[in-house]
Amino acid sequence: MAKLESSFKNMVLVLTAITCIAAAALAGVYELTKEPINQSNLAKQINAIKAVCPPFDNDPMADKIESKLPDGSIITIYPAKEGGKFVGAAVETYTMKGFSGYIKLMVGFNADGSINNYAVLQHAETPGLGSKMQEWFSNTDKPSQSIIGKNPGVNKLTVSKDGGEVDAITAATISSRAFLDAVQRGYDAVKDQLKQ
Amino acid sequence: MSKIKILTNGLVKENPVFVLLLGMCPTLGTTSSAINGLGMGLATAFVLMCSNFVVSLVKNIIPDKVRIPAFIVIIATFVTIVQFCMQAYLPSLYDSLGLFIPLIVVNCVVLGRAESFAAKNSPVDSIFDGLGMGLGFALALTILGGVREFLGTGRIFDIAIYPESYGALVFVLAPGAFIALGYLIAVINKLKAKN
Repeated sequence: MAKLESSFKNMVLVLTAITCIAAAALAGVYELTKEPINQSNLAKQINAIKAVCPPFDNDPMADKIESKLPDGSIITIYPAKEGGKFVGAAVETYTMKGFSGYIKLMVGFNADGSINNYAVLQHAETPGLGSKMQEWFSNTDKPSQSIIGKNPGVNKLTVSKDGGEVDAITAATISSRAFLDAVQRGYDAVKDQLKQ
Repeated sequence: MSKIKILTNGLVKENPVFVLLLGMCPTLGTTSSAINGLGMGLATAFVLMCSNFVVSLVKNIIPDKVRIPAFIVIIATFVTIVQFCMQAYLPSLYDSLGLFIPLIVVNCVVLGRAESFAAKNSPVDSIFDGLGMGLGFALALTILGGVREFLGTGRIFDIAIYPESYGALVFVLAPGAFIALGYLIAVINKLKAKN
């Protein structure tokens, strides 16, 4: 078969046909994968809540509350209840102060305001330095760097360089400050709920 | 050319990374660990194979003057399909590679093979070329990722070889990618000169 000549009509027809076929193929794949993508995102969220909260038997996704901080940012709170009794909450908090900007955390608080556990959901910190957030601040063998069990309302959760009670990640003070900022913001958002 | 020759051509003789030096952006960007390099390499190999096949099927009905936009649309379609599938079925790999997947569209290996091979050869040969080039790319990325992971963190495929504190962090960061790639190319040139 000879090659089609590059006439205006041919070019328009061929490009239109190719883009239409491509669009149809993509629409099909999108429909096929939409459900699994939603489910994997949802599963990620539920797993994060389960990992950070004390044991609960309600559906935190259904009971979620949105809390507004004084600076206008919206923080989502997932309350955890057992037998109808409030046992704590997972707070999806974030900061823009990371070394590479946005850091998103899920922080779990006990009913008394102390931190039960946390999970780093999204970040773009330097691999090997700031990316150690997940292990560093949960290392209960080293109380001076762990935030587990500390209460942001009582303990001063800033890095020790700034006069706080938490040792920063070696060579990643900016990431550490940002991490603690996100935790603090999470606490600020949830503290009214904890009083109830 | 026999099919086997076409296949091994991309793997060794014209390895896209080590010999042709194509597709440097994803090569340097995603190879901070062996598994990331392998994932990116296989995603690219899949796109390369599919786009080579389709391009060589439609090569005669595409007028010459619009062949580049037509190829790009075909490639972008396959890349988006890979992205959806990875997001749906391999979410953890998607989290670490997410940003680089759309960049496969502009990976010059893919467009380069469409233009220089698929547009002149039969569909079956083109599949083999895509597979060979793609696997060559995946192999190179895995080696580079493995070297960087080993020197930087003391692990390969997340299996600890020596304590992490002895690792040279620079190899995980961008400058280490350039250094490691440079030495790997030097070693391969040396080996090639011997043969």
